[in-house]
Amino acid sequence: MIADISLNHYLLLGALLFVCGAVSMATKRNAIGVLIGVELVLNAANINFVALARFARDAQGNPVFEVEGQIFALFIIVLAAAEAAIALAIVLNFYNNHMTVDVDTAEELKG
Amino acid sequence: MAPGRLSPGGGMGLMDAESIQPILFWILAGVTGGCAIAVVLAQNIVRCAVWLLLTLGGTSGIFFLLGADFVGAAQLLIYVGGTLVLVVFGVMLTAQGPFITMKIGPAEWAVATTVGLLLYAVLAASLWTWQAGPPNERMDDSHHSLSSTVLGEALLNVDKATPRSNLAGMPDSAQARPRKQMGYLLPFEIVSVHLLVVLIGAAYLARAKRRRGVAI
Repeated sequence: MIADISLNHYLLLGALLFVCGAVSMATKRNAIGVLIGVELVLNAANINFVALARFARDAQGNPVFEVEGQIFALFIIVLAAAEAAIALAIVLNFYNNHMTVDVDTAEELKG
Repeated sequence: MAPGRLSPGGGMGLMDAESIQPILFWILAGVTGGCAIAVVLAQNIVRCAVWLLLTLGGTSGIFFLLGADFVGAAQLLIYVGGTLVLVVFGVMLTAQGPFITMKIGPAEWAVATTVGLLLYAVLAASLWTWQAGPPNERMDDSHHSLSSTVLGEALLNVDKATPRSNLAGMPDSAQARPRKQMGYLLPFEIVSVHLLVVLIGAAYLARAKRRRGVAI
């Protein structure tokens, strides 16, 4: 059961978070629930980046991308903060105008 | 023997880093994955946010386990301390009456579960045949581990921090076009200005509404 932890374990954990986030985005009717799903997906990407920063190797077996993976993860964290701020502002604006946060009622742009 | 070092198999409860790492991984992965599933299953939006908090905390523990200390600390500070507070404020400002628990029908649950399991099966099957190499032990050594100093040097394009190398499976650098050595200072600046613009825009969007007659 407790064997060596390889890259695949981390990637499977990231895949689990990604699937949970995607399902959460699809099933939640609350707009903030959708936002929480987006956060889960971004975290899944972060786990993959940091895990590959530790495990990726080139053809000669030398470690590569150990800096890049972590720097991209930092960029994702900052961009997720920006995304959450702007999405919550939109949700609050929608709530002020329509008195609801149900995404099914936001159909004014439907063709 | 050097003082302060654990002898292998010396004491009853003492374990070296090699054997405790898988245990830590399974604990942290269980917390992270279980709380992520609980986020999906939770009907109450407030509980959903709490499960997300635990998921983000577990993710930062995974980062620490992977040797990415600075990223883990940034995850705790920015994500758990900043983004989640924003989400909780959004929940508190909009959670009134019927919006706290918004249920979906059993047919939608069935479709969502099927699609989710299929998606996970595809992702797991794509990893099944792929054999990954051993971890990069250099990052365990405290002298070579990626400190925030190295990350900052990479932003400033110090050559030691971002050495040239070829990824496995890619053509040799003799055939490939030589990569221009470039730091991450420009993306860093773009991200910081982007953050400023976004925060101003968010404050503008979420500002207190004037009454209809007074506007314009």
